[in-house]
Amino acid sequence: MNLAKSSYINEVSEGEKPRSIKLTKWRPYLLIAPAIIVFLVFFIQPIFYMIYLSFHEWNFISPDKTFVGLENFIVLLSDPMFLQVIRNTLMYTFFTVLLSISIALLMSIWLNRQGWMYSFVQGAVFSPHIISLVSIAMLWMWIMDADYGLLNWVLSLVGINKVPWLTEPNIALASLIIIAVWKNIGYYTLIIIAGLQSIPKHLYEAAALDQTSGIRRFTKITFPMLSPSLFFLTIIGILDSIKVFETISIITKGGPLNSTNTLVYYIYENGFIFFKIGYASAAGVILLVILGILTLIYFKALSKRVHYQ
Amino acid sequence: MTKIQLKNVSKAYGNSKKVIDNMNLEIRDGSFTVLVGPSGCGKSTTLRMIAGLEEVTSGEIWIGDQLVNEVAPGKRGISMVFQNYALYPTMTVRGNIEFGLENMKIPKVERKKMVEEIAEIVDLTEFLDKRPQNLSGGQRQRVALARAMVKKPKVFIFDEPLSNLDAKLRGQMRTELIQLHKRLGTTFIYVTHDQVEAMSMGDEIVILDKGNIMQQAAPMEVYHNPENQFAAKFIGIPAMNVLPIAMLERNIGKMTDGRIFHVGFRPEHAEIQTAKQTTSGVHLPCEIMTMETLGSETLYLVNSDAGQFQVKSFHNPLMNTKKVHVTIPFDKLYFFDTQGNRVYTDGLPFEWRDEKVREEVLV
Ligand SMILES: Nc1ncnc2c1ncn2[C@@H]1O[C@H](COP(=O)(O)OP(=O)(O)OP(=O)(O)O)[C@@H](O)[C@H]1O
Ligand SMILES: [Mg+2]
Repeated sequence: MNLAKSSYINEVSEGEKPRSIKLTKWRPYLLIAPAIIVFLVFFIQPIFYMIYLSFHEWNFISPDKTFVGLENFIVLLSDPMFLQVIRNTLMYTFFTVLLSISIALLMSIWLNRQGWMYSFVQGAVFSPHIISLVSIAMLWMWIMDADYGLLNWVLSLVGINKVPWLTEPNIALASLIIIAVWKNIGYYTLIIIAGLQSIPKHLYEAAALDQTSGIRRFTKITFPMLSPSLFFLTIIGILDSIKVFETISIITKGGPLNSTNTLVYYIYENGFIFFKIGYASAAGVILLVILGILTLIYFKALSKRVHYQ
Repeated sequence: MTKIQLKNVSKAYGNSKKVIDNMNLEIRDGSFTVLVGPSGCGKSTTLRMIAGLEEVTSGEIWIGDQLVNEVAPGKRGISMVFQNYALYPTMTVRGNIEFGLENMKIPKVERKKMVEEIAEIVDLTEFLDKRPQNLSGGQRQRVALARAMVKKPKVFIFDEPLSNLDAKLRGQMRTELIQLHKRLGTTFIYVTHDQVEAMSMGDEIVILDKGNIMQQAAPMEVYHNPENQFAAKFIGIPAMNVLPIAMLERNIGKMTDGRIFHVGFRPEHAEIQTAKQTTSGVHLPCEIMTMETLGSETLYLVNSDAGQFQVKSFHNPLMNTKKVHVTIPFDKLYFFDTQGNRVYTDGLPFEWRDEKVREEVLV
């Protein structure tokens, strides 16, 4: 700040002299310096520190960090548990995003009309979005409780046996996906409805005059016109899901039998429960690489097929 | 036979008051009919009801000998060109033109041929693989035209298709549309609020006001023989002068026809001179208020004891003159009643104050 200020004073007091021209050249950089410094300290530095740590063994307390080269990575990638974590994360992400967007799309098409009932339903599905994840997790722990939960009680009314939602390894991940989808659809629906409403009405009129069938109207007009919204939702959906942590740490703690352990929870577990900092950092680096690759894919491949007006 | 008929058609949006009230309209087969009227008078509504984009509240719409009230828009044999073109932004020019044909399940080979033929006609061949967003306004307009034409409709309807173009392009497209109509020979219905477009393009003009038809006739017929004050004022640049009869009685004598309330005359029919003329007509001593010289013609706004009105003259502008005489030939006067309807009279409907003038007229 001081630097920026002094350069300004110099320029004003010394008018057209060469020195002030030099300072003028630097002024933009000085003005963005605070933002850059914050960025470097809080975003870039931790990344490099993490990469540094990933080549070391450290327990968080001892003063020495032992350099171990690539060993953390080698152990990690040959650990079946870690591979399962990766698989869980990808499954969770894929189905959460796919289901959230598909259901939200259907809901939007249904809700995109006038009437108090539609507004009410829209408000109702949106409400989970503003509830904190911790409350959502607690709520669903009760709903999905095998013995006293709401869900099993409702199912028992229609004669379906108890489902061990959160305690059966084959089901627990699906249960977590249900919770995530439930939370997402309100917000997704809102975005998609906004997208639907921004499609000019005259396109549908032109389509009506072109004898367009209902299906083609959707696939050739509505869907392409929505693609910017859907693209946006896919990006934030994937990033959100890959980083899932709260619901897992509260509801399942990665269990049963590691079946719901995902990347971020795994990093947390190794770092702050087992104090294997180097190992956790190596997993963090892998998360970083995955996110980086995904981001590249979006912008290279997807953006080409997205319609922007 | 693709004559279009509206029989007692009314339209109200929701529960609000009627936008179109009991309209009866017949559009001749093969005509170039222009619907013209001020903003909000119901032109688009009428057009959209014909196209099937808007349901009628009551009444019948016939296309040819088919009652189309319940017929889907795509099945009416109508193509529409929208004001903002309504091109599909996610498709290429080719896709836009082809879309309707695909829906009609026309085989691919044939489709390709049709698209290329049309593209040739509207001069778009080199743009076929571009998106509408990357075209200029005039090119988009032509894509919209091509999309409409390729379906070989029985009726074309246009809703202010040229209003987004600049003046030069508008003139050019106007000519192109007239030629297109000549070549295709199909019925064109064209909406505009620009009377120049209406006069120059249509072979039939329908003047609308507040959802009512004020007059339907050929352009020159509307110009020479307006049925009411609205039509008289709407067509012609500048608009017809309409003055209350009471103010003119001083100059021409007492009215003998009690129905007459207003008298009108066109600015271009009034003669403006520095001295009083001997020709027969209404003579008004006037004072020039403003003058616009437009090259071939001059537009004066003058003040007389009968009121203010405009005069268009094709003579050299009268510079540095204030006091002038305006003569309006008797046979160029139009009379209107209290409702603004035209009053037709045999001979001139007033008593002669000046016997001499009368003799001149009767000669
Ligand atoms: N969808 C609608 N809902 C309610 N009122 C409407 C609707 N569309 C048009 N109107 C009303 O109907 C009347 C006629 O509208 P219309 O669009 O037919 O006018 P227009 O003659 O085409 O005018 P412009 O020259 O401005 O296009 C207007 O008063 C308008 O406010
Ligand atoms: Mg309109």
